[in-house]
Amino acid sequence: MGRTLMKGNEAMALAAIRGGCTHFFGYPITPQNEIPELFARELPKAGGLFLQAESEIAAVNMLYGSAAAGARAMTSSSSPGLALMQEGISMLAATEIPCVIVNVMRGGPGLGTIQPAQSDYFQMTRGGGNGDYRIISLAPATVQESAEMMQKAFDLSHKYRTPVFLVSDGMLGQMMEPVEFLIPPSTKPAGDQSWVLSGHQGRRPPRTIKSLRLDPAMLENHNLKLQGKYSRITRRESQFESYRADDAELLFCAFGSAARIVKNSVDDLRQNGRRAGLIRPMTLWPFPFPAFRVLPEKCKSLVCVEMSCGQMVDDVRLAAGGRVPVHFYGRCGGVIPEPAELSEYAEELIVGGAV
Amino acid sequence: MSVIFKKTAGLTETDTHYCPGCTHGVAHRLVGEVLEELGLLGDTIGCASVGCSIFSYNYFNVDMIECSHGRAPAVATGIKRTVPGKTVFTYQGDGDLAAIGTAEIVHAAHRGEHITVIFVNNAIYGMTGGQMAPTTLSGQKATTAPTGRNAELSGMPLKMSEMIAEVPGATYVERVSLHHPKYIRKAKKAILRGFTYQLQNRGFSMVELLSTCPTGWGLAPVAALEWLGNNMIPYYPLGVLKAPEEV
Amino acid sequence: MADRRGIPHIAVERCKGCGLCVSVCPEAVLSIDESRVNLKGYYPVTVESGESCIGCLSCALICPDVTFTIELLDDR
Ligand SMILES: Cc1ncc(C[n+]2csc(CCOP(=O)(O)OP(=O)(O)O)c2C)c(N)n1
Ligand code: SF4
Repeated sequence: MGRTLMKGNEAMALAAIRGGCTHFFGYPITPQNEIPELFARELPKAGGLFLQAESEIAAVNMLYGSAAAGARAMTSSSSPGLALMQEGISMLAATEIPCVIVNVMRGGPGLGTIQPAQSDYFQMTRGGGNGDYRIISLAPATVQESAEMMQKAFDLSHKYRTPVFLVSDGMLGQMMEPVEFLIPPSTKPAGDQSWVLSGHQGRRPPRTIKSLRLDPAMLENHNLKLQGKYSRITRRESQFESYRADDAELLFCAFGSAARIVKNSVDDLRQNGRRAGLIRPMTLWPFPFPAFRVLPEKCKSLVCVEMSCGQMVDDVRLAAGGRVPVHFYGRCGGVIPEPAELSEYAEELIVGGAV
Repeated sequence: MSVIFKKTAGLTETDTHYCPGCTHGVAHRLVGEVLEELGLLGDTIGCASVGCSIFSYNYFNVDMIECSHGRAPAVATGIKRTVPGKTVFTYQGDGDLAAIGTAEIVHAAHRGEHITVIFVNNAIYGMTGGQMAPTTLSGQKATTAPTGRNAELSGMPLKMSEMIAEVPGATYVERVSLHHPKYIRKAKKAILRGFTYQLQNRGFSMVELLSTCPTGWGLAPVAALEWLGNNMIPYYPLGVLKAPEEV
Repeated sequence: MADRRGIPHIAVERCKGCGLCVSVCPEAVLSIDESRVNLKGYYPVTVESGESCIGCLSCALICPDVTFTIELLDDR
């Protein structure tokens, strides 16, 4: 297919179709509209179904029904829409239904702005729905990676029978970059279908997909089973990129769009003789704690950079475990930090003796 | 000697948890009988909603999915659009369908989803202990309307079937009652008609079943049947509100 | 067929003693048996005067717990 220039949003949608997605349900919201629009054009041609829902609440419940009936299904939205979906996401996690949910993040709280932000880190890792559940959260930083992670998201969701978030933002979704679809097209794995609602044909007992367990012992058991799955995911699936980190004295931590900008400042700082590096979480949950287990020998401090008022920094502090100070630099409300201001901030830390 | 009535294979062997005299059991039986008679038990997926009927997934002998409060029509949409060959129904109470789930029911009808909605209107929130529903009659007492529903404060009871009948995408809407054997026969015919339209891919069908909640109403089961006949039917007139032109 | 005759059978353990069947039976065939309690803890319905049953199914139709099976005696 070769390399094609396209928006992050379009790349995710095309990759989803390549990944075997057959059903899409969604409600319009900026800055993710290219996704449903592309599905509306392309899914019917591929023999699938695009349906515009009356709300994000309806969309996530349609997704629930469709995936429970065995489809590779997804929805996408942006921050306020994700807020509305939380009840459904808790239900999807509880009932262990594989599906993919894209969040092209914009600034909040409230309606906030349509400009890019990363202030849904909590929403994407702590959830807003009720109960003890976790959602795998993949965080691409390029259009190419958006496409690759999209395909991977479906495989992960089926492997673990759990919903998966793909966490993009308004910048990554809207920017155009060359992308090449390298992963071969996948379809629904022939794996365990014993939970799919298909009608019993008089050949087996009726099946039920449910979350309600009024007996505390039964609900505790179900929770423990889910937790077992979450710890398997934590052990196996956390992912990060390490950029010029081996000898870093000052180690940045940033994901997605912010990480792109940080890479530029790392290069700037290096040119000025400053030993800077970056750890870029590619999974927000599970957070890549192993990346921080052994810090570079010379590392004097960590700087978490986010397009928010500081959310991932909580995890970075946990990861640092008090070994080195953790600083935070953030811009919010749709403001995108410049590489120069990050370099300047780092210089100040270094000159001030913090590093 | 011949058996002229026996338990339908549309219901499992599990005894229901419903209160004595609650007509949810009658509604279940009618749906089970219709699905059995149409030969659909092996090919049906039911959507249980939040309310006393949440456990209906234990009682219907078909594949079932539990839905969040009010969302059953959206879940049913997702299922039907994925496996159009299956028969898909929702079973919803009036709190579920007429309060928290009004958007979902209106838009499922609006899109003309090929699903059948069994709407059990008992004019109260049963499961949570008898609070006022949008369908609670004017003056009717509920735990959150201790002196009776006050229209000034809470509006007049909502007539969902009339509303849904106005939605262009709805194919068939009928209101029936479960308070007397004669009416129960009619109710079964309406449910049969609803599922038949679905089988014929003729679009969205909804059957509203006027029902009792003896516990929530604070009435003995027999008195509850009478109360339904005397109070609910005058406000919620029975009959077909919308049906396709037969050729 | 002057005298249509039915035979009601009761699955006692399904019964919740609500009495709806008793109230709708046109021939007063049924009654609540207060001399015993079923496993669910209810006074179950019982056939009081089976010979009066006309097989109209009213009890079976109104019963929320599918307690009844009804047979029809063939016309003699
Ligand atoms: C989001 C949410 N809000 C509230 C509830 C609590 N709740 C459970 S059942 C119910 C009322 C159901 O009433 P109705 O639909 O009339 O059914 P009935 O019990 O009368 O059959 C409510 C409010 C819930 N489970 N979920
Ligand atoms: S509370 Fe009301 S609706 Fe619920 S089972 Fe009891 S009688 Fe039926």
